[in-house]
Amino acid sequence: MIGKRLPRIDAYAKATGQAVYADDMALPRMLFGKLLRSTRAHAQIVRIDCSDALRCPGVVAIADGSELPVRYGILPSSQDETVFAIGKVRYVGEPIAAVVAEDELLAQQALSRIRVEYAPLPSVMTIEDALRDDLPKIHEDSRKAGNVHKEAHLVFGDLEAGFAAADHVFEDDYFYEGNTHAAMEEHSALAQCSDGKITIWTSSQTPHYLHRIAASVLDVPAARLRIVAPFIGGGFGGKTEPFHHELAAAHLARKTGRPVKFTLTREEVFYAHRGRHPVKMKIKTGVKNDGTITACHLQTWLDGGAYGSYGIASTYYTGALTPVTYEIPAYAFDGCRVYTNKPPCGPKRGHGTPQPRFAVEAQLDKIADALGLDAAEYRKRIAVEPHSRSVNGLRITSCGLRECIDAVSDRTHYQRKHAALPLGRGIGLAASTYMCGAGLPIYWNAMPHSAAIVKADRGGGVTVYCGVSECGQGSQNMLAVIVAETLGIDTKDVSVCAGDTDLAPVDLGSYSSRVTFMAGNAARQAADSVRAQIDAVDPERTMPFPQAVALAEARFGPLVGVGSYTPPKDLSGDYKGSGVGPSPAYSYSACVAEVSVDLETGRVDIEKITLAHDIGRSLNPAMVEGQIEGGVYMGVGEAFFEASTFRDVLHLTPNLLEYKTPTSLDTPDVDTIIVETDDPEGPFGAKEVGQGPLVPIVPAIANAIADAIGVRLNATPFTPERILKAVANNDRALRLHAQAKP
Amino acid sequence: MVPTASKVLRRLRLNGASVECAFSPNKTLLEVLREDLGLTGTKHGCELGQCGACTVLIDGEPQLACLLLAVDCEDREILTIEGLAKHGRLHPLQKAFIDTGATQCGYCTPGMILSGAALLSANPNPTKEDAKAALSGNLCRCTGYAKIIEAVMLAAEAMRHDR
Repeated sequence: MIGKRLPRIDAYAKATGQAVYADDMALPRMLFGKLLRSTRAHAQIVRIDCSDALRCPGVVAIADGSELPVRYGILPSSQDETVFAIGKVRYVGEPIAAVVAEDELLAQQALSRIRVEYAPLPSVMTIEDALRDDLPKIHEDSRKAGNVHKEAHLVFGDLEAGFAAADHVFEDDYFYEGNTHAAMEEHSALAQCSDGKITIWTSSQTPHYLHRIAASVLDVPAARLRIVAPFIGGGFGGKTEPFHHELAAAHLARKTGRPVKFTLTREEVFYAHRGRHPVKMKIKTGVKNDGTITACHLQTWLDGGAYGSYGIASTYYTGALTPVTYEIPAYAFDGCRVYTNKPPCGPKRGHGTPQPRFAVEAQLDKIADALGLDAAEYRKRIAVEPHSRSVNGLRITSCGLRECIDAVSDRTHYQRKHAALPLGRGIGLAASTYMCGAGLPIYWNAMPHSAAIVKADRGGGVTVYCGVSECGQGSQNMLAVIVAETLGIDTKDVSVCAGDTDLAPVDLGSYSSRVTFMAGNAARQAADSVRAQIDAVDPERTMPFPQAVALAEARFGPLVGVGSYTPPKDLSGDYKGSGVGPSPAYSYSACVAEVSVDLETGRVDIEKITLAHDIGRSLNPAMVEGQIEGGVYMGVGEAFFEASTFRDVLHLTPNLLEYKTPTSLDTPDVDTIIVETDDPEGPFGAKEVGQGPLVPIVPAIANAIADAIGVRLNATPFTPERILKAVANNDRALRLHAQAKP
Repeated sequence: MVPTASKVLRRLRLNGASVECAFSPNKTLLEVLREDLGLTGTKHGCELGQCGACTVLIDGEPQLACLLLAVDCEDREILTIEGLAKHGRLHPLQKAFIDTGATQCGYCTPGMILSGAALLSANPNPTKEDAKAALSGNLCRCTGYAKIIEAVMLAAEAMRHDR
């Protein structure tokens, strides 16, 4: 099983239209819900009048903030949201009330009959404005200056001595634009309340966290609440926290006694957001003449939007992983997240790390150029060592960074081509790191991060019960493969029962690239336990599996094994902020981008992307490649088109026509190289691949553009306008570059 | 306020069968398929004609079900993902999607497969560029399209072999 290109266990259902997603579900007497969303970015709510709307045909119930006053937030330290705005609105698109009616059209029509009277407040739309003291606070109870949400300050090693010892100090500013997940499935939730118990079927990457928070917001015991995640039509981090419509569906199902479904429109998905933070960065790096880093000071400013979301973690993530890639003896990090009157930002694939990775890798390339170093050899020389500890205390185990760099530079002849291609053509390299699951849960507890139950039936069928959500990454398949391998059976004989808080033990969710490492280890342990019971009756493993199971069941009773996974305790140092960044293992990636730039139009064509990824061990190469190809594609989108931007207070492109994602014609060919380092703690040696491969794409492309035209872009996305402007501003550099090239 | 229109009764030629269905005349084909006929294999990602998730074949041509009124589909041959496999035998492209790993979250998959199947019946010898062009109206956020294009090429080969 392990390492074979087997079809996924859910592929048949998905290729035939049988796979069931939340909006595909319907229940008898089901009502349809719609959210009334704010048309103002920042305003006091003077009055909400629902009386006309309640009289509209087909309307069954309406709810607003007066019925659901409990504040919540995915992080215990950011409890700043309510299901419906109470007292004021903080972004255009924020939910204020909900209508449920006999059909969707009737609910939609009734929305227009709800009258909301606003008293407008000045809006805060930029990081610069959010740092000012003379604008209204978006969250009045915040005690921080201006509209600052979170500040983080960390220092490791002797920064002053490090910069004093440097032969050169480089200081650069970068900006990474915000963007969004745009999963193909629009969020949907169906809720039912019967026999005093509420069930929510929802496209959620984190059913467990929703379970906890819904219990609090709805004021029901968690024991009477069940969350089920059916197949999810893509997540990428965009479905990892409780959403208004999920809680509204549950509340209104309870209130009406009928099932209620809310499915967001694509425009609403852009308001639900929780996408990539726009981040301004300053990076100051001291190096010796040979490039050895002596000190690094990274400063980041994150535009958080109107609510906390995962923002405190996002802030720390912009600083945490830099020293897990390269040796940095002295490192300081200052992060600052601000509130603005925009849809809240949160975690998107790579959570908080693609932005600083752009800064770090673009600057390293500049340093290599300035010092006359080969950028690939240079990165290998300063790469972290396997089985070491970073300056910020993070434990590193397996590390294939050097192998990844070698693999992509050899495959593309990077060293021969770099600085040697004709004007307009370029090659660029970047490397990166990602976590295999957060070392700590988002709320403090001493319980396992993942658990699994494996049950063998006397007919030979085996079921794995585990709380993971299947958002496309293949978590269910991974469980089936690990259990089948352990028990020596075919994956066709394994059923997976996942994403159901009633039926499966807790897994914290499909986020932070944790599922293969953590749920995989839990499932393996559970299957090992079943294996041991079978081995007790059939030590030579000669019997057909069903017969061995029957014999074991006769001796031991029902054949069940349990397993769990809790990360080791010594993953980080002991300081405030050390909770973000530790992971039981890190994946490593290296990327080479080859581009051609049209100097007349500013258009960039990617000729090829080559990406090597240290996965530890590949459980299914076809699926690993699929994750890499998808990560590269999403990185290309962020490099060139994808941008969550605003005209005054309005989202500029809340639809899939104007929010540009790459089509099949825009996506370059990807050459993937799987590097295996056999992680000592991963299940069968495996590490993550869901997020890591996206992270080096943008800087590799930036470095390739620099090689092509001699101009370094410091802000994403790399639009034709930006490229032409950069070229015009760097006319001299361009001429020199042209002379230097053949 | 727009009054809800009375339902109309129509006979549709759907997945090789003739079905009678009563639905509101303001409903799109997408809504009628999903809500009135229970064919939820046809997905929606925008309902604005921008993403391709609701692609169905109308008289063999890929069309966006979210932009068609169901009442306009009378007397036309409608094929959805549920009707692509014949007598339990998968279309070669469905098989190729399964074998190559071209489906991840699976949400764009029905539309992709139908766009790809239309290409393969019109052009049995597509190049990779032909495949990319034929699928350029179907967005996918998971796969980077690589394995989807691979699946189309693989299915083309299998279908040539079968002939």
